[in-house]
Amino acid sequence: MSEAHLRRIGETVLKVENISLRFGGVRAITDVSFEIRKGEIFSIIGPNGAGKTSMLNVINGFYHPQDGTIVWKGMLRKQMRPHEAAATGIARTFQNVALFKGMSTLDNIMTGRLLKQRGNFLTDALYWGPAQREEIRQRAVVERIIDFLEIQAIRKVPVGRLPYGLQKRVELGRALAMEPELLLLDEPMAGMNVEEKEDMSRFILDVNDEFGTTIALIEHDMGVVMDISDRVVVLDYGRKIADGTPDVVRANPDVIKAYLGVSH
Amino acid sequence: MTSPGAAAADTFPALLESNARIRGGRPAIREKDYGIWQTWSWAEVRDQVRIMAHGFAALGLRRGDKVAIIGDNRPQLYWAMVAAQALGAVPVPVYQDAAAAEMQFVLDHTEARFAMVEDQEQVDKLLEIKPRSSTLETVVFRDARGLRHYTQPFLHSLASVEALGREHRKEHPGFYEEEAAKAQGGDAAIMLYTSGTTGQPKGVVLTFDNVIKTARMSVELEGLTERDETLSYLPMAWVGDNMFSLGQTYVAGFCVNCPESSGTVMQDLREIGPTYFFAPPPIFQNILTQVMIRIEDASWVKRRLFHYFLKVARRVGSDILGRKPVPFGQRFLYRLGEALVFGPLKNTLGFSRMRLVYTAGEAIGPDIFDFYRSIGVPMKQLYGQTEATVFVTVQPNDQVRLDTVGVACPGVELKLDPSGEVLYRSPGVFKEYYRNPAATAETKTADGWVRTGDAGILGRDGHLKIVDRAKDVGRLRNGALFAPKYLENKLKFFPFIKEAVTFGADRDYATAMISIAVDAVGNWAERRHLAYSSYQELAAKPEVYELIKSNIEKVNRDLAQDPALAGSQIKRFVLLHKELDADDGELTRSRKVRRRFVAERYADIIEAIYSGKASVHVEAKVSFEDGRTSTLKADLRIADAATAGVETPAPALVA
Repeated sequence: MSEAHLRRIGETVLKVENISLRFGGVRAITDVSFEIRKGEIFSIIGPNGAGKTSMLNVINGFYHPQDGTIVWKGMLRKQMRPHEAAATGIARTFQNVALFKGMSTLDNIMTGRLLKQRGNFLTDALYWGPAQREEIRQRAVVERIIDFLEIQAIRKVPVGRLPYGLQKRVELGRALAMEPELLLLDEPMAGMNVEEKEDMSRFILDVNDEFGTTIALIEHDMGVVMDISDRVVVLDYGRKIADGTPDVVRANPDVIKAYLGVSH
Repeated sequence: MTSPGAAAADTFPALLESNARIRGGRPAIREKDYGIWQTWSWAEVRDQVRIMAHGFAALGLRRGDKVAIIGDNRPQLYWAMVAAQALGAVPVPVYQDAAAAEMQFVLDHTEARFAMVEDQEQVDKLLEIKPRSSTLETVVFRDARGLRHYTQPFLHSLASVEALGREHRKEHPGFYEEEAAKAQGGDAAIMLYTSGTTGQPKGVVLTFDNVIKTARMSVELEGLTERDETLSYLPMAWVGDNMFSLGQTYVAGFCVNCPESSGTVMQDLREIGPTYFFAPPPIFQNILTQVMIRIEDASWVKRRLFHYFLKVARRVGSDILGRKPVPFGQRFLYRLGEALVFGPLKNTLGFSRMRLVYTAGEAIGPDIFDFYRSIGVPMKQLYGQTEATVFVTVQPNDQVRLDTVGVACPGVELKLDPSGEVLYRSPGVFKEYYRNPAATAETKTADGWVRTGDAGILGRDGHLKIVDRAKDVGRLRNGALFAPKYLENKLKFFPFIKEAVTFGADRDYATAMISIAVDAVGNWAERRHLAYSSYQELAAKPEVYELIKSNIEKVNRDLAQDPALAGSQIKRFVLLHKELDADDGELTRSRKVRRRFVAERYADIIEAIYSGKASVHVEAKVSFEDGRTSTLKADLRIADAATAGVETPAPALVA
């Protein structure tokens, strides 16, 4: 990490305190706490079923934990709905691409602008005057994202026809269209080949660098995580077993045990 | 048409001035940016160039300096070229996909102090080069993206240079005009490094006279006007782009369109619908392959319509284009085909308005050539060289033929030397190879003739036919003629074969190494439900071997028809486990096979082929775009192909 980058990392924007989440008798998350700082790339890793996606779902309000609190931008909250999370600047992508398959790349990214659009039912329905100007304004923002992600060539292609790696990139574009302060990425590189992973890593770093967006991501590929993250939290069976910079986490014996197992 | 004012102008800054005066409001250049075509008029371009030149002067650019220009085709890079020329500096466009080491050679050889580049990708390469290069002092970049944290004092954004330029113009009004007026027609205008199939690249120095006189000749020959439109998508470091997007544009005053990105060229082509278009044969082949693949996926009715009318077109289309007599019934059917099939197809491809289409660089396959001409795309061939500022021969509109490259352009003299090598002399003949008098003397004779290095035949009708590189033509051990390029071209005309390298000189028989076209073969394999996960696996499939074998045997049957070439039928072949790649040095940047390099690199394979083995183990180092390398291992199968019966024994010597 460059010095310039480290200097930009600011104060805590999201504080997760003693979160526990149960589904009936199943303990998905047990007493997990961590902090995400402004401008950093923060990763949550762990073996399958460790509770990573559940944690992300808790952060953006899709799941409501039984215990614990979340402080987001200084506001304490126990329960938040996903749309409230979106409105206050949290955007996310999904493990299984969740785009509108029949719509073009452009239209999919435009849906990310919905919350930012102004207008009323009448002018929107007639596509007249202010509504038209509003669309042009939103389109200009979307075009910058298309340029940023280098997906000009697929602007008008229905996303269902795109290869998986590109769909992931479009999904990132849609999340960026919300101009989020915190971007949650659920396995952005799952199912990608090496080249696609390299591209995606570069885009994640570029987003962080160019827009100063705070990024929290879940990823299986340890190499990628260690390369791009500022800090890493490791979950195992719903508990936090390590928290720190990639180097610290890599050397942690509990992490090695969780990932490689231990001989008896 | 050119006005008297423009005709007198003999440098690019002067041409720009006259265009701004004569057609100041007409579009000069467009670029698709953020999804919208942005247009600059000739007057706006003049203002931009002026400010840029002032900015460069403020940064210390001096008369005689070289300015490296690196990036995709962007208006600002073209402007930088003319701005540099106005100050008496010489722009040197460099291939934008060249690795840092290749770039360094050019920068060191020209002793370039300045570089104008597109974006971070190029800046990174220059930062890598700079500590090892003694001359590079200033780098100006167009796109600031990703460069925010770069703090090197010698990096300047174009925006900041323009601000400097405006300031400088306020302090020194008239400076640009004075400097620009000093340029002479005989001064060096552009330096282009030829990719060079052998040895280090050579810097071809072209003067204003070379470029502008040749441009003027060709504009007149083809009747180009300010109303034409062209798409600039081929590398700026290639002489053709300098002729089409700079020379001819500035002389005729037409508009150049810069694509949004290299991935959107086909869409941009469709949106612009250029009237004047150049593409090397592989691009036309790719488009045709795409069309054919999509037709196979189309509905039954569309497929039948397409194939029916394509048959009609193949019968009469070329004659209609050449204004030859065609029976009324056929003419009517062709019209119907135009309305139902060719018209919409050309519209989809962006070929609707084309009235001048050149192809050159290598031989074009008969299927491809016929296809485009038959549906009414007026494609023709030209033959040119960097050293000639492109134009040597062009096919006249009514004498378009597959087997020749046309007749000498006005002002061009042609002759063959006793060995069959083609020589020419013209106003476009380059000044010299930069700092390489030995090579200059070798190529250019004292009285101005240039050796092309190509073996050719000059017909009685004045048409030139190119056979092969003069030094590549060889003989088999039994004395039969072996023209490798000729064989390779025949092979590459099949859509399944991407590259072919043939061997046979001083051997008992001819053999081929082939890399498959992964798109076409992949599609073919999918239709047959053949599973594969990589190029390597696909290329090793026995079914694919059979497919390529049938292609080779067809070539052999063709060769058997010609007594001179029947002896060089291909007896054995191997499918390579990777595509030949410029990053590995197997191809030049303009995608020509470097035969000797390939022969050395794959010496094991060649030995195995000739020793009759059934397979060979190879380990090849491959380079990635970022400069990393890894080793690829594979066991390649060597297969035999049947040769066709030769009716007459091959004569021992053929002229």
